[in-house]
This record gives sequence, structure tokens and C-alpha cells, in this order.
Amino acid sequence: MTPAISVSELTKKYGEIEAVRGIDFEVAAGETFGFLGPNGAGKSTTIKILCTLADPTSGTARVAGHDVVRERDTVRRNIGLVFQDTTLDSYLTGEQNLRFHADLYGVPKAAFAPRLRQVLEMVGLWDRRGSAVSTYSGGMQRRLEIARGLLHAPRVLFLDEPTVGLDPQTRVSIWEYINELKKREDITIFLTTHYMDEAENCDRIAIIDHGKIVARDTPEALKASIGKDRVQISTADDQAAIRALREVFGIEAGLHEGLVTFSVESGEHFVPQLFARMPVAIKSVSVSRPSLDDVFMSYTGKTIRDAEATIGDRNRMIATRFGRR
Amino acid sequence: MAVQDTAAQDALEAEERHLTEIIRVAVPERSIRADLRAVSIVWRRELIRFRTDRLRAVTSLVQPVLFLFVLGTGLSRLASRGLPVGVDFRTFIYPGVLAMSVLFTAIFSAASIVWDREFGFLREMLVAPVRRWAIVVGKCLGGATVATFQGLIFLALAGVAHVPYNPVLLLTLVGELILLSFTLTAFGVMMAARIKQIQAFMALTQLFILPLFFLSGALYPLNGLPVWLTVLTRIDPLTYAVYPMRHAVFEHLSISPLARQALSPSVTWFGWPVPVGLSLAIVAAMGLMMLAIAIAEFRKTE
Repeated sequence: MTPAISVSELTKKYGEIEAVRGIDFEVAAGETFGFLGPNGAGKSTTIKILCTLADPTSGTARVAGHDVVRERDTVRRNIGLVFQDTTLDSYLTGEQNLRFHADLYGVPKAAFAPRLRQVLEMVGLWDRRGSAVSTYSGGMQRRLEIARGLLHAPRVLFLDEPTVGLDPQTRVSIWEYINELKKREDITIFLTTHYMDEAENCDRIAIIDHGKIVARDTPEALKASIGKDRVQISTADDQAAIRALREVFGIEAGLHEGLVTFSVESGEHFVPQLFARMPVAIKSVSVSRPSLDDVFMSYTGKTIRDAEATIGDRNRMIATRFGRR
Repeated sequence: MAVQDTAAQDALEAEERHLTEIIRVAVPERSIRADLRAVSIVWRRELIRFRTDRLRAVTSLVQPVLFLFVLGTGLSRLASRGLPVGVDFRTFIYPGVLAMSVLFTAIFSAASIVWDREFGFLREMLVAPVRRWAIVVGKCLGGATVATFQGLIFLALAGVAHVPYNPVLLLTLVGELILLSFTLTAFGVMMAARIKQIQAFMALTQLFILPLFFLSGALYPLNGLPVWLTVLTRIDPLTYAVYPMRHAVFEHLSISPLARQALSPSVTWFGWPVPVGLSLAIVAAMGLMMLAIAIAEFRKTE
């Protein structure tokens, strides 16, 4: 069976800036594959190349068995897209937006009506199909976009940050719809996210940082590979605490999100020792099982929020130099 | 009782099937028919939007109406000294203002591309498996239709400017309006292909619109002008649209040939009068050229 997506030595340069620096991966048909990384890591650029919106500087990418540069139109017929920013016409109704899409994608006229009903019912918008999109909430708009992306029954659905800008409750409901469509449609999903908890929904994930894939496996395997618990403490003097941890316990700790952070084999057994032997006053302590955030940290040396703080400038530079198209 | 239950069960299962079975949608290979379908839907979207935006239809009428009735009436007493008896100044400027009535609408319909880009909808069109020309042509036809419609409303006011409602004249003017609307929309779309911010687009079009209008001879006859102005009027593409329209109107006025010659002179190149047909061909050629540039511009990939 041909893989839904296969990417080999892909790079993309915008002038001097290397957004994607040689990545390889494969996504099997029917899989849900997540690209996890901070903003500006190269996720959107990769999606743009896979969706034929940008040409790679070097390397190749095949989607649904077709080359994204040489067989651009065949690729386009086989993919559905939901972008980070809304791409709906807010003056038109939900149904009109989908009809527009059906005509652009050449959906056979006889198939349109039943398919319209099916995708709109799937995202719970059938009753609102006659209302102008401008009257929809943010979550409803995102659901309509998902319905539209599915309308022409694509083989691969791309979701670029499907829940960005939505409140936590709406994010959860969007994921319910995505999981529902995984059950109902025979489809491969490729998504990008910088939310750790969302990456857990994927069959496999790739962690991308500075335009390179640093890890690639199932969320469980990645977490298991870390094997250690994460301890975060809040202290009266963080620098003194880091020094003490090194001298007393031989542990290298770092300061992340304003907390002294380190990993140990067995957190719950370590904490009593910590209190007994630590010369610096401890205000609070938290122990957590390995999460994808820890995976991210172990591969990149920083938490995803740290990464976003430093990457912000580079990202803005790309944004201003290469306006959206 | 049991029979009913089974029936209900069947119905439920059928409903369940309806929900779970994927309706097979085979997106066909790309063909000219698919491209034409894309042209059609892009075109229809412009019409739907125009229909829901009645305010725009009204506001775009304000400017030409002001020109014709306020400026036209105000200047007519002054201008009447230079006009033959029986010719109203408003009749004279009517064809030019008619051209103006589509000028704004056509260029601002093209601005919707910039809006579409800003609000992301352009991307929905650009990733579709259709040729880019289909989208650009659809946009141009949509903008041209909307602008022509706007021109038709203004055309209905012809009587007020003492322009006769002669069927041949009206048909000629409608045809010329369609051509002009198309060319102007193509101009706007070409600009919209390059200019990514709506503010910049508006500022630039404002910069173009008034010079285009003032240099087109919409408000004054094109003979006996100083050399520099003569040259500028001949460069202005709008000149070649206003001239055939005025020519058509004056053909249908009952005035002396001498007066006609004075008020509706031919556009001349170094003394050679440009025929009406060539004038219209220039407008069409400009439109097609700008359309081609716009298509080439939209074909580019990052």
C-alpha cells in the first residue's frame, strides 16, 4: 500500500532563512499523524509544501502517491485543507460556502446534496446551513471548515493548527468531531499543533524544532523513552536551589517557566529526600509523569513555551518579509 | 406490535447506515468543463455578494449623480456660452459620467480580491484543483457584470440629461459599458494581484482614478487643447472608451453636423482621426493584456 504522505530530504529557504532544514517522514494510509513544535518551527511551511502552495527548495514530497511539484493538480484533488486562519466567505451562508467549494473541486452535482448533508450533520451544522457565516461562532466556523475540507472526500485531510485561537471547551469539542470523523471516513489526517495535549490524539507524532525533526514515534513510545518523572519546585532562591541540587544530589536542574525543573527516576521517592537534605526553603513542589512536554524538552533542551518565546522574533521576520499569499 | 418494532428497527438501521456510509465523491480529472464550472461559481459569488450589499450599489451611484446634476447644473450656465443652442451641458458630460459610473464599481469589485486575501478566502480558491486563469477570469467577469449593472442604473437616468431613449443608442451604450467594465475590472484585478494590503490598494486606485477620469475628455471636448494636455489625453486609456460613448450619444441628437463636430470630435493621432472601431479595439486589447498579466501574476507559487 502506498503511503499517504512520504517526504524525503525536504528543505525550504526563504531568502537566507531556512524554514525547513532537511526532513524525512512517512505517513501510512489511515493514520493520524501529528507535527508537534513551537510556532515558527517549520510546521506551516511543511504543510504549505505538502498542499502545493509552496515549492520546496530541495527534496521531494509525495501526497496520495503523487509528487507535489510535478503532479500538483492530482495532489490537490486528493487533499482537504483546514488552515490556521479562517478561509470562509463570511458574507455567504454555510451552504453557499460549501457549494462554492463543490464547484471548484468538481464534485458531481448528483453527489453534492447527500454529501452536503452528511458532512454538515457530522459537524452539527445542518440546522445552521442557511445562516451567513458571519453569524457563526469561532468554533462553528472551524467546524464548517472541517466539513468543507471533507466535502470532496479527500484521501488526506490537512489540519493546520485546527484549534488555535479557540477557547478550551471549544477545543475539546473540535477534537470530538475530529475523532468522530476518523471513525466514519476512510481518511488519513495530517495535523500540526503546538498543544501537547492535542498531540496525544495522534497515532504517531513527529517533533519538529528549528526546521528539523528531532523525534518521531507514537506518543506512548516517546513518553516511555524518557522514563523519568519531572519535578518542578518553587523556592526562595532559585539559583541557590540549582546549585544545591548539583552539589547535594548531583542533578542538573534548569529554570523553566519560572520554576526549578529537573528529571528523576522516581519522583515520589525523591521528594522526601529533597525536603530532608535541601538547604534552600521550598515553597511548593510538583511531580509529573512524563508528558509530551518532557519529551519535547528532552529532545530540544527547552519547554515548548520557552521555544516560542525565543522563536517569536524569527517568525515575525519571516511574516513581514514574506507576506501571506 | 412485534411487527411494528421490527419496522422501527429497520428504519433506525437504515438511518444509521445513512450516517456511517461515506458518500463516494469521485473528483473528476481536470478538464475544460471543470475550469468553466469554476469560472461560473467565482462569477456567481460576485453577484451574490453584490445582491447582499445594497448599500454599495447606492453609494457607488452618489458620485456620478453628483457630477451630472450638481457639477453639471452648476457649470451649465457658464458653459452654455460655448455650447450651440439646444445642447445642454449635462447632455455633453453625460457619456463621460456614464463611464465614470462604472469606473468606481469595477475597480472596487477588484478590491474584493485584496479583501479575500486579507480574510483568507483567496487561499480557498488558490488551492483548488482548477487552473488559475479560471479564477481570475471569473473574478473579472463578476466585477464586470456588477459594474455594468451599476452603469445600467445610471443609464436609466439618461432622459434627465436630455439623452433620448433610443433603442439602438441604448444597446450601443450597454455594449460599450460591458467592454469598459471588463477592462477596468481587469485593471483592478491586475493591481490586486500585486498589492497585498487593502489600504495600499485604495490609496493607489484613488491616485489613478481621478487622473484617468479628468484626462479622458469626460468633461471637455478633446480638440484645441494645449499640446501637453493633448498628449496626456491620448495616453489615457479611458479616452478610448469615453469617445465611442459620446460619439454614440451625439449620433442620436438632432443637432447640426457642425455642432456635432465641435462637441464630439474624433480622437486624433497626429491629425489622423481614430475610428470608433479601433478605439473600442484598443479598450478590448488593454483589457485582455491586463487580464493576461493578472493571470501570470496569480500563477506564481512561493
